Amino acid sequence: MSLLAAILAGMFLAAGAIFVLIGSFGLWRLPDFYTRLHAAGITDTLGLSLMLVGMMFLGGWTLVTVKLVFIMLLILLTSPTATHAVANAAYTVGLRPFGVPPEDLAEKDR
Amino acid sequence: MLHALVMGTSLAVFWLLLSGYFTSSLLLSLGALSVVVTVYLALRADKHDGERVALRVDPPLVRYWIWLVIEIVKANIDVAKLILSPTMALSPRMVRVKATQPTDVGVVIYANSITLTPGTVTVDIDDDEFVVHAITQAMADGLTDGDMGDRVTALGAR
Repeated sequence: MSLLAAILAGMFLAAGAIFVLIGSFGLWRLPDFYTRLHAAGITDTLGLSLMLVGMMFLGGWTLVTVKLVFIMLLILLTSPTATHAVANAAYTVGLRPFGVPPEDLAEKDR
Repeated sequence: MLHALVMGTSLAVFWLLLSGYFTSSLLLSLGALSVVVTVYLALRADKHDGERVALRVDPPLVRYWIWLVIEIVKANIDVAKLILSPTMALSPRMVRVKATQPTDVGVVIYANSITLTPGTVTVDIDDDEFVVHAITQAMADGLTDGDMGDRVTALGAR
């Protein structure tokens, strides 16, 4: 593996780790369920993608990289569906979102 | 028949890429057997389900993905800044967004694109309207004034 690939891999992995850390920090810091979903979204999208790209540089042109691409596609296609399912469940049972102006909510939830 | 061939070929390629076995004839024949069984079961299931969902990956969709990745990166940086800012000025909103996509697949692409973008999550789908939770007013405005929906609609029926 060339030095360049190693440096690129390190940069992507470090950037991904920073975004995962920010996402976790947000998960702890944000006030309620719905806002926390957005922090989890950071971990899911940019954090994960950057780390996978970093790993692809480490893998080089091998089957490992192909598998990493599959993992990335799988996560990017399924994670919004999972997030929606969780958010929808909370909304359906009437969990009130923090700080949302009352006119945004349906009559029964005010 | 064509459907079965396309599915079989993609499954075989998928199996080869995941396993990495290209030479062992025993393993290859077991792989081929599992592909055949999977295609058979899938066709059998199709008879009962009827609604086949296929995603056609073509240049407009790929262009949309590239655009979406850029939007996601921008939104990530915005939400990350918000989380790290000392004041953390949240102004959460629940906004209603109209989905103008003609097909179910289009609606799903739009709803998932909204959710995938940090700062906005599709919470509920009400006929052709989404209820979207946005973490700030600016994120909500970005969605209602933005052109993501039009871009998905422009992808057409698929």
